[in-house]
Amino acid sequence: MFQTQLAPAPAAPATTPITGAVAVLQALVAEGVDTIFGYPGGAIIPIYDALYDFKEQLNHVLVRHEQGGIHAGQGYARASGRVGVVLATSGPGATNLVTGLADALIDSTPLVCITGQVFAHLLGTDAFQETDIINITTPVTKWNFQVTNAEEIPEALAKAFYIARSGRPGPVLIDITKNAQLQAFDAPAYRPCQHIRSYRPAPVVRPEFIAQAAALINRAQRPFILWGQGVVLGEAEQEFRAFVEKSGIPAAWTILGAGALPTGHPLNVGMLGMHGNYGPNVLTNECDVLIAIGMRFDDRVTGRLDKYAKQAKVIHLDIDPTEIDKNVKATVPVWGDCKETLPLLTALVERQAHPAWLARFQSHMAEEVDAVIREELFPTSEELTMGEVIQQLNEITRGEAIIVSDVGQHQMVACRYAQLNHPRSNITSGGLGTMGFALPAAIGAKLGAPARPVVAIIGDGGFQMTIQELGTIMQTGVDVKIVILNNQFLGMVRQWQELFHQRRYSFVDIQSPDFVAVAAGYRIAGQRVDARPDLRPALERMLAHPGSFLLEVMVTKENNIFPMVPQGCSVAEIRLK
Amino acid sequence: MEEYNITAYTENQVGLLNRIAIIFSRRKINIESLNVSPSEIEGIHRFNIVIVETEEVVEKLAKQIEKQVEVLKVYFNTNADVIWQEMALYKVPTDVIAEKVLVERLLRENGARAVVIRKDYTVFETTGHREETDSLLRALQPYGLIEFVRSARIAIIKASDGFHHKLQEFEQREPSEEVAENEFLNDREKVFTM
Repeated sequence: MFQTQLAPAPAAPATTPITGAVAVLQALVAEGVDTIFGYPGGAIIPIYDALYDFKEQLNHVLVRHEQGGIHAGQGYARASGRVGVVLATSGPGATNLVTGLADALIDSTPLVCITGQVFAHLLGTDAFQETDIINITTPVTKWNFQVTNAEEIPEALAKAFYIARSGRPGPVLIDITKNAQLQAFDAPAYRPCQHIRSYRPAPVVRPEFIAQAAALINRAQRPFILWGQGVVLGEAEQEFRAFVEKSGIPAAWTILGAGALPTGHPLNVGMLGMHGNYGPNVLTNECDVLIAIGMRFDDRVTGRLDKYAKQAKVIHLDIDPTEIDKNVKATVPVWGDCKETLPLLTALVERQAHPAWLARFQSHMAEEVDAVIREELFPTSEELTMGEVIQQLNEITRGEAIIVSDVGQHQMVACRYAQLNHPRSNITSGGLGTMGFALPAAIGAKLGAPARPVVAIIGDGGFQMTIQELGTIMQTGVDVKIVILNNQFLGMVRQWQELFHQRRYSFVDIQSPDFVAVAAGYRIAGQRVDARPDLRPALERMLAHPGSFLLEVMVTKENNIFPMVPQGCSVAEIRLK
Repeated sequence: MEEYNITAYTENQVGLLNRIAIIFSRRKINIESLNVSPSEIEGIHRFNIVIVETEEVVEKLAKQIEKQVEVLKVYFNTNADVIWQEMALYKVPTDVIAEKVLVERLLRENGARAVVIRKDYTVFETTGHREETDSLLRALQPYGLIEFVRSARIAIIKASDGFHHKLQEFEQREPSEEVAENEFLNDREKVFTM
């Protein structure tokens, strides 16, 4: 049964019947969609047939694998702030979306995925390419719905877009049986959804908690701000900056929040978490008031919870009530959209500076520079480091590029060292840690933000997981710069094996093809670099190259990422070596 | 750990039962009892879920359930805060009951009611708390009990005013202060009514 709480549509003027498939595409156009990522198949042929006539309005990107399609949709959404749209067929097409859905759910990325399904009368008969995608995707979607009748399509899609982008965003999947795609019906004029009675995307803000939070902040001696992607998702970067600057509080970021305050901002004290900066981790356990904004205290950020910021009063701003008190008990919960709550808080906090406290972050940073950063970014060793590649890239792009990273050591290096002048510039798989994310996500990011250079930083392992998307780049001509940081290992696992498993290097020694030759096979220009003098010219050549370019950089094989909070340790136990 | 009664008001939607059930199974929490029924409002369903857990965990579960798009509202209560009943059916051989006076007394003491009486068997029904239906079960075991079944628990919240008023607010587009549904922030240590 479909929900009936929406008032019936007013009597529409007489319409000519359209098919369900056309209704799907009309809905996409009405929602302002310009780009969709997909792969056709038997159960979604009617929608692809209709798409033939929508080529002018909808740019369909033919990917090489549905997982590539959904990661591209994620990259598009993360770069543009709009809803990513993905099409796939039933059965294997639909199940290939699962990793991307899980990734998008944990990283709060708005997506609408439309899957074809077998004819309604075949449901449950083990028909060809039938799979129960609704039940398979229930744990990894914000909402999902199966359409078996064309008349449900306009409302289902309207709800899908509304749910995907409102509140805490997330992925939605709409499964449409083939008969519904083919069925002709009198479609009412498309009405976007603005209200679902059982769904409240954002609460009314309670001013008394804002006042309590402000009072705590105004009395604090050593306040510390942690911010996450909520600031970006709420498009509250200006509001956030105003709050930080007025309160004068040092602020550190989660990897998904990176860029909401520019890297060079004097109050931006760096990255949180397992491989974050030294000061933010150590001083988390010394601050007196911890102000968490749009972040969820992930275990990679908190380390051992029972030794995490126990001395601090915690103010937690979040739009999702399930995050409040989930991992860290909030002294003052500020439930709401930070676009709304931050200005209220800024109005009540006193203009302050905390020079002595800020100096402690700076002195820890100086320690970290001596112990780790200088040698990583300006190495004296013969072999190239991952860090110096990012450093050189920073010097050329001056922080204007979108950096898309995959998962592993290179990801931590990219997040730690990339200079980001703008929000939506650091696109990476945060919560799920999905290897293979970066290449397709970079394609989507470029299409979502065509005016900006997009550089994908990928390891030799992750690149081989979705290497087939080079075909998508070839066919669409999308301009993505690919930097492979090749250490000839599955480096992050190797690091753990070295540090915690007595150097028993179990299946981390991965061989790679000649990546430049593979790229050439896809008619993508490329170069391989293994000596320092060649690095800068190669990066400059890559960035100046019209169109996509693959640069493979051979880096030190057994470098470790430091600092590091070992698993099971408190953030204060972070190690510099 | 204590027995908690979770009450969820929901839309009537295919798949929602699974969406709610996996919130428990994901955390490897067993559902002791689950009942889905109509509520006081037409078209709105009411889940009664019983689990044994700590208050902290139950509060998190309740929030997760309420977060689902088609769930309107979730409450959780200890047994002291609800009126609850379970129903049980007992099938016993009729000849045993006819012969043994003791059995008849047992049934009478437990407030059991005969639902069906046939030559070969008789089905009794009782309604009550778990201990009550359990005690009759134990008592009937020696007398050739053929079949036993107990229903899920249904529970009414003592302090609730029902859902009509809340629903009206939920249907308005602009949320009022109360529909903001963050009164759970009022008394965070005690009761969860997000």
